[in-house]
Amino acid sequence: MKEYPKTQPGTQPEYLYEGYRSSIRRAPSQPLIQVPHTLSELTGPLYGHNPIGQADNDLTRHFADPPLGERIIVAGRVLDEDGRGVPNALVEVWQANASGRYCHSRDSHPAPLDPNFLGAGRAITDAAGSYRFVSIKPGAYPWRNHPNAWRPAHIHFSLFGTGLLSRLVTQMYFPGDPLMAIDPVLHSIADEGARQRLVSSFDLSLTEPEWALGYRFDIVLRGRSATPFEEGPG
Amino acid sequence: MRRIPSLIPSASQTVGPFFNFGLTTNHALGIMAPDGAEGEHITLVFRVIDGEGLPTPGDSLIELWQADSQGRYQHPADPSSTAADKNFSGFGRLETDENGVCVFETVKPGCVSGPNGSAQAAHINVTLFGRGLGKPLRTRVYFAGEAANANDPVLALVPAQRRETLLAKPVAGQANAWAIEIHLQGEAETVFFDL
Repeated sequence: MKEYPKTQPGTQPEYLYEGYRSSIRRAPSQPLIQVPHTLSELTGPLYGHNPIGQADNDLTRHFADPPLGERIIVAGRVLDEDGRGVPNALVEVWQANASGRYCHSRDSHPAPLDPNFLGAGRAITDAAGSYRFVSIKPGAYPWRNHPNAWRPAHIHFSLFGTGLLSRLVTQMYFPGDPLMAIDPVLHSIADEGARQRLVSSFDLSLTEPEWALGYRFDIVLRGRSATPFEEGPG
Repeated sequence: MRRIPSLIPSASQTVGPFFNFGLTTNHALGIMAPDGAEGEHITLVFRVIDGEGLPTPGDSLIELWQADSQGRYQHPADPSSTAADKNFSGFGRLETDENGVCVFETVKPGCVSGPNGSAQAAHINVTLFGRGLGKPLRTRVYFAGEAANANDPVLALVPAQRRETLLAKPVAGQANAWAIEIHLQGEAETVFFDL
């Protein structure tokens, strides 16, 4: 059985990133133990494929009336490390409303809740690994990490791929957001390119006239599907 | 030989504190083994504790992945999956409560084959997400007192004095109940794996 390639240094966040204050008491202090990838790691949950409802990927249709905010379409492909689409992957998203408030009992930001917006959705990738959500653009919101700290607008993504190690929870950002430059969560990733790959791109071809702006966000999960091939003659 | 050019996997980001309406709306995911599941039904209690010795209240998330009672994974990469218990998916997911605790109802997994013809002792794979964790922590739960632990190829890679952190212990006075604490830091820090 083939092991997954290791991730490259700097392309994933460090457990301890002092700028992200709550990592200080949660990051392991002992070195991690290197172990081989066994059947336990090369298998993984193939969960949740049945109970997807028709409107689950349209966060603007969960109530009788539409939510407030700028309507958006977020779409892209889920790929493996060989660039092949990952079909039947469960994609779950959750986000704040247009005012920057989560529909969560512990969110105390004094911004209005929207009775027509929950902010959670899910989708399954198609045969090509493509997914699509309709939502509203989330607002930025303050947090208590440091004085005058604000998170850039983002959508949380959770993905199940083909195995335990392809499992990914990440965040999607919006192009041009000035808060990204000073966000410790994003900057816990040392590599600039790896940070940039979490920023969606505005896409006119996804944009629907007189209805919603389109943003493209492709996601790469750990794991290779293809085998090395022989180079042809010449 | 030429390798196909590879893409770099997307970076992980923390689940943050407000994941539960997006990820754990279905508390049935704590009940991994319905009545019809084969094997010894057990209760497995986790308690997650941070570097100050405090529980992680409501803002960490535990996902479990395990073989069925005969050591078969419900996944095509396991050659024995076709015979796997149809009443047992092997997946569970719960957030920790205000005391850092979550409780799964599952079955005790069977032994799973390991590298080079070895056998792995009964174990459950744990992926821990949380506020403050930019990427998940990965560990395993083994069962204290199992003879097979002595020959487990993964436990063998863990320094002997730290193996204890991976062992669930029976809960006194409660049949078929096991408990384990996950310490993120400090004296009793749990062993985490680089996978």
